[in-house]
Amino acid sequence: MVKLTLRSAAMAVTAAAMSISLAACGSGGPSSASASSDSATMWGLTGGNQPVLQKSIDAWNKAHPDESIKLDFFANDAYKTKVRTAVGAGQGPTFIYGWGGGVLKSYVDAGQVADLSDFIASNPDVKSRYLPSVLKNGVIDGKTYALPNNNVQPVVLYFNKDVFDKIGAQAPKTWDDLMALVPKFKAAGIAPFSLGGQSKWPDLMWLEYLVERIGGPEVFANIAANKPNAWSDPAVKEALTKIQDLVDAGGFVNGFSSIAADSNADQALLYTGKAAMILQGGWIYQSMKTDAADFVKNGKLGFTAFPSVSGGKGDPANIVGNPSNFWSISSKATDSQKKAALDYVKSGMFTDADTQALIDSGAVPVTTGIESKLAASPDKDFLSYLYGMAKNAPTFTLSWDQALSPAQGDAMLANLDQIFLKKISPDQFVSTMNATIGK
Amino acid sequence: MSVSSASSRRVLERGPSGWLAAPALFFFLLFAIIPLAGVFFLSFTKWDGLGEIKLDGFSSWTTVLTDPVTGNALWVTAKIMFFSFIVQAPISLLLGVFTSASQKYRAVLAVLYFVPLLLSSAAVAIAYKALLDPNFGLGPGLGIPFLAQDWLGNSDLVLFVVVFVIAWQFVPFHTLIYQGGVRQIPASLYEAAQIDGAGRVQQFFAITLPQLKYTIITSSTLMVVGSLAYFDLVFVLTGGGPGYSTRLLPLHMYLTGFKANDMGAASALGVILVVIGLALALILQRLGGKNRNASQLEGA
Repeated sequence: MVKLTLRSAAMAVTAAAMSISLAACGSGGPSSASASSDSATMWGLTGGNQPVLQKSIDAWNKAHPDESIKLDFFANDAYKTKVRTAVGAGQGPTFIYGWGGGVLKSYVDAGQVADLSDFIASNPDVKSRYLPSVLKNGVIDGKTYALPNNNVQPVVLYFNKDVFDKIGAQAPKTWDDLMALVPKFKAAGIAPFSLGGQSKWPDLMWLEYLVERIGGPEVFANIAANKPNAWSDPAVKEALTKIQDLVDAGGFVNGFSSIAADSNADQALLYTGKAAMILQGGWIYQSMKTDAADFVKNGKLGFTAFPSVSGGKGDPANIVGNPSNFWSISSKATDSQKKAALDYVKSGMFTDADTQALIDSGAVPVTTGIESKLAASPDKDFLSYLYGMAKNAPTFTLSWDQALSPAQGDAMLANLDQIFLKKISPDQFVSTMNATIGK
Repeated sequence: MSVSSASSRRVLERGPSGWLAAPALFFFLLFAIIPLAGVFFLSFTKWDGLGEIKLDGFSSWTTVLTDPVTGNALWVTAKIMFFSFIVQAPISLLLGVFTSASQKYRAVLAVLYFVPLLLSSAAVAIAYKALLDPNFGLGPGLGIPFLAQDWLGNSDLVLFVVVFVIAWQFVPFHTLIYQGGVRQIPASLYEAAQIDGAGRVQQFFAITLPQLKYTIITSSTLMVVGSLAYFDLVFVLTGGGPGYSTRLLPLHMYLTGFKANDMGAASALGVILVVIGLALALILQRLGGKNRNASQLEGA
């Protein structure tokens, strides 16, 4: 308790000191969301799945007024900072929304999230409803600390069928195909690839897939395991070189590093026909379904796996991206909050209505046995494709910025940005990143 | 009667009671001095914001001081400070002089110039981000190819874009300061100058500028020290990118603390920021404050 108080005080002090120079950068959280009030609290993300989650919680609260859950939503980037500060100060929500990986591990190391292994063991129904490849992302050192809560989000290569027809081309199967398409699209005045470079994380998808295709999943597994000089694997350098080749060839839309993915400007380039292809997460289907309904409905949106690289070791069926998002339960929550939380996880999540709502929004739930529901959806082509991709992938690598520690992730994104801008060479990237191993 | 006049005289001699400063001092202590001490302490620890705070000696300081990103952040901050000053000071001085005159149309213009000050930095940044988008922004929208540059993605251009947007937001504030300053200059000075045959330009350099000395110092202090605190606008506009090209010191501190979760290093950066800020404020005060007895008004 003393330790906790010291920590809260230190957090308050840091926050206050930083706020001297950061006057306008945030507001206090909803006061009712503190862990001391007795109903369970939940922080979700705005955007794609917000209405689905809201509906699920509304239904739960209506049926269980004695175990009601208070739900608040935050924007993605703001949430990531806010939840960590709040949890560190003992003011976090009962349900902690996460991505698994290195960030989850830091919560586990700090003893902030509850071990759910016993809960899973005594509720086999909960375990069996998930795709196993997704469930294992919430496991750290053999114990389950997080349970999937929404949809599979592998990174997919999307393309605009109209502009492909216009130049009479096929979707690329290999990296050489891809490079050969670049001059053709440029000659037709169409940018080959859209890219939300300002947001930095879309850049990472290129590195993740290229390293995966060239060197296989072991390359990143070594990096994530903090093995010394793991970034020196030749696959990393080759992938970075290929990225710079593509930049040199004019593969990315003009001004790509000014384009923010947060405002969906990168997708807009694809469906307005200004760009032919985009490498992005499975979640952008949901927003394109709303923002460009006709384009999606009329089957103009193509999608395919990331091309293979000749001589590469990686299985072309391997995928990268976010297996799902997860709920962890705060270990600092009161007993009644924990009970309400686990009861919701047991019988309030992935109800038939929830699953259907996710599918209707254009997403693939992480649950088993939904093939028939997917086949009945108007988006069945995409959804079945994504489901098969996730189910059959030998390896599903978590997005690197989530898998690594926050310090490594931050350095990686800033340095990769400079690779795309050709400000640094692949060798410089490798040596800078090797220096961050273990941080 | 005599008692009260005696006591009021005593008040006049000693000045008002020191207790009047107590509330301000209390809040200053609570929100500035104590957190500062806390940050100083944290800079000698290792803490990821979640786990325990561990004493760690000087390791945060060595990390921060040997990291090339810190040096780059200092350099970027210095550049922004310099260019912001060079751009903002003359514009706001001239606008302040212009809007201080009493004509109606000038008053209307003054109100218009004032508008950016009413907008929050985040709103300004989001608006400019949309306007400067190379594909959907102002350039392609109006069909002016010159405006369709890679404003926020070109490492060489982005610094000047940031300086411009900062100036757009803060020039109105400094204009207001100068406007007030100019209005305090006695009209008799100008009348005397006119009788002596001084032209407008001569009046500006011989009367307005010297009379504004302290206003210039105030405004410059706010500009220079304020540029150490540009955070929200740059954070929303560029996030410090591309690469590290607009990663200012305060932004670097924030990203180190709340993105990379290294509170020790972020606190060390915070201490550096405070020291630089105090030093700059002191120097600027010294520059103009030496000769306190020199009158600013007529007969000087």
